[in-house]
Amino acid sequence: MDDIRFSKPGEQGKINSLAADILKNVRINTGFLLWMGFLGTLLVVCLYAYTIQLREGLGVTGLRDVTSWGMYIANFVFFVATSLCGMLISSVLGLIGYKWVKPISRIAEIIAIAFAAVAGLVIISDMGRPDRLPYVFLFGRVQSPILWDVTVVTTYFVLSLLLWFFPMIPDLAIAKDKLEGRPKFLVKAYEILSFRWMHHETQYRIMGQAVRILLILIIPTAFAIHTVTSWLFAVTPRVGWDSTIFGPYFISGAFVSGAAAVIIAMYFFRVNYRLDKYLNAEVFERMGRVMVLVAIVYLYFNLNEFLVPAYKLKTGDAIHLRELFTGHYAMLFWGIQLFGLVIPIVLLLFRQMRRPLPMMVISVFVLCASWLKRYIIVVPPQAHPNLPVQHVPIEWVVYKPTLIEIAVTVASIVLVLIIITVLSKLFPVVPIWEMAEEHEGEEKIIQ
Amino acid sequence: MSKEKQEEGNRSNDLDRAIETSRRDFIRKVTLAGAVTVTGGAAIYSGHRFEKAKHREGFVKVLTEDNRLVEIPVEQMRDFKPDLKMLQSRGREGIAGRRWVMVIDLSKCRNARKCVEACQSAHHLRPYEYHINTLVMQESVNTPAFFMPKPCQHCDNPPCVSVCPVDATFKRQDGIVLIDNERCIGCRFCIAACPYSARIFHWQEPSLNEADKDKEYDVELNVPQKKGTVTKCLFSADRLREGMLPYCVSACPNGVFYFGDENEDAVTNGTTKETVRLSELLEKNAGYRLMPELGTKPRVYYLPPKNRIFEFEEGEKREYKEEKA
Repeated sequence: MDDIRFSKPGEQGKINSLAADILKNVRINTGFLLWMGFLGTLLVVCLYAYTIQLREGLGVTGLRDVTSWGMYIANFVFFVATSLCGMLISSVLGLIGYKWVKPISRIAEIIAIAFAAVAGLVIISDMGRPDRLPYVFLFGRVQSPILWDVTVVTTYFVLSLLLWFFPMIPDLAIAKDKLEGRPKFLVKAYEILSFRWMHHETQYRIMGQAVRILLILIIPTAFAIHTVTSWLFAVTPRVGWDSTIFGPYFISGAFVSGAAAVIIAMYFFRVNYRLDKYLNAEVFERMGRVMVLVAIVYLYFNLNEFLVPAYKLKTGDAIHLRELFTGHYAMLFWGIQLFGLVIPIVLLLFRQMRRPLPMMVISVFVLCASWLKRYIIVVPPQAHPNLPVQHVPIEWVVYKPTLIEIAVTVASIVLVLIIITVLSKLFPVVPIWEMAEEHEGEEKIIQ
Repeated sequence: MSKEKQEEGNRSNDLDRAIETSRRDFIRKVTLAGAVTVTGGAAIYSGHRFEKAKHREGFVKVLTEDNRLVEIPVEQMRDFKPDLKMLQSRGREGIAGRRWVMVIDLSKCRNARKCVEACQSAHHLRPYEYHINTLVMQESVNTPAFFMPKPCQHCDNPPCVSVCPVDATFKRQDGIVLIDNERCIGCRFCIAACPYSARIFHWQEPSLNEADKDKEYDVELNVPQKKGTVTKCLFSADRLREGMLPYCVSACPNGVFYFGDENEDAVTNGTTKETVRLSELLEKNAGYRLMPELGTKPRVYYLPPKNRIFEFEEGEKREYKEEKA
């Protein structure tokens, strides 16, 4: 029996108490139904707005020839950015060997899955002819960054899904006998998805190898998705996008919004799922430090992106930067830099601020600023093309998102929340078996 | 009295001579008419016989594309109308041996906007939807403004074509950059990439689509226009195929546009119909291209706006209102 893990009576007890803690949230209760009902209704209302867009054309948005990419694309960039948190937590921090990321790695993967999946839908909502989506595969041309983006975002989504699922198989096997009172379909799903897992050491070794390969593979893929997304802008000769540091600038920004999203989710699960034993103050403290680090790196790239052209003030750059620094977008620009970056960095340097509640509040600011930052990156550079905008209706000159556009964007955010809710409510959010090993103090790292 | 008689005699002599002349003339004319009738009749008769001998009753001779002379029954004759497949394949191929080029003489433009109107009516666009637009340009506050017609630059290194994910916009062998509205997915990457703002998107149902419903889509004309896709200046590829100058070029009343073939080194002015050497025209007038530093290699050249009007007047201010669905 030596090669069956968790077979000793002591270990069994540990597993049972952990499973009781973590699985108590795996149930369909009124709270869940109400929340899903609310999200569902909101989604239906917002999707109605999309049907109007489908019928009337993209003219129902505020987009016109001058600013032809707006809120949808900004939202897409934000989604891709935030989905990078899966790679940051599980791969970068996990492969280094930090054990404290274990309880939050699954949360990070869930967020990654949700944002990566919906990012693909967001880009479809921006298409003038969504019915021609198959053309991308039928007539795709390799030199277009859109093709690269489609390829890597899909790959990243699949890798994240596997990285969420593989380490969960032992948990499903543990949990399948402990689901009294849950709906039948859920018990059945656990049975099928646990693939008759027997906790055999060989099984653990094979899974460990698979997960390790995935953890390594996902690093270049994650770098690729956001670098390619930045290239959608950087490959065009437009002032404000025509930048050589857009790749790392976007990646470092993605870590900031990703970390913020994870912290908010951690706080939510800690309070609502009463998982404070696992999502404890120490994990928050460490995440706070990670946040400071990635935010400082992002600030550094911001400095490069704005200060260097501002020093030279080439004609086009001058117009663009004046709009950002003192013009139409000044409030937004400085608000984002201050409340989304500088103040959070300063605050999180203090230990008292790295406690769960203050960190959650700070992260909400950071996440909102991250969304608005994508808007600032996408929209203003289009407002001042090289040649003057003349002889067009006034609506064409200044971009203003319409209600329909906002509704469709809200729909995408609702969809993300639905995916996160379903995945975190129907499956354990904290890995049971990994925590059991952690608690026993056994230094078993996935080989 | 004798003087009177003499005058009378003279008069009758003149009369006789006149009668004699007209008679001769008459005979000559009748003879000639007779001869013409006979020859004409003979010609018509032999022509008729020849025609009768030439083809069988109810058949007509036709030269096929591969140079074969064939006979087909008259009742089976149909007017030729290219179908979508043919329009698409010839539209993507372009016209062999040509390298179309446009020269715009800015010193002549007086903002008549006839080029814009001709273009919009040919391509079924609204008054604020432009394949070509005349812009008011000013390099610095100390120099007077000038008008600049701006079509698509048909770059030899087009950023729009590079970024297109589905090969909807493409560069043809004759130098024209076209967009296929049957292929375009409406991602608008090309609009984002174009440094000349040459491309427009159909944000709503195109204006004449109700009337164009039954028309076969011609990629060289972009008609019928299609909602949710991008459209742009086509250098009037449909007119070039028929050996005519582009719509804007022929419509200009001020001799602004030259259009021609770079391979022949010749361009023709759309107003004066004068044909000149392209290289000479560019060299003598210091021709230039827009934003050469971007490396896009446009096929549209500009001649500098010399002799500017110092009391610059833009003319009547036009208001453009978006049509609501």
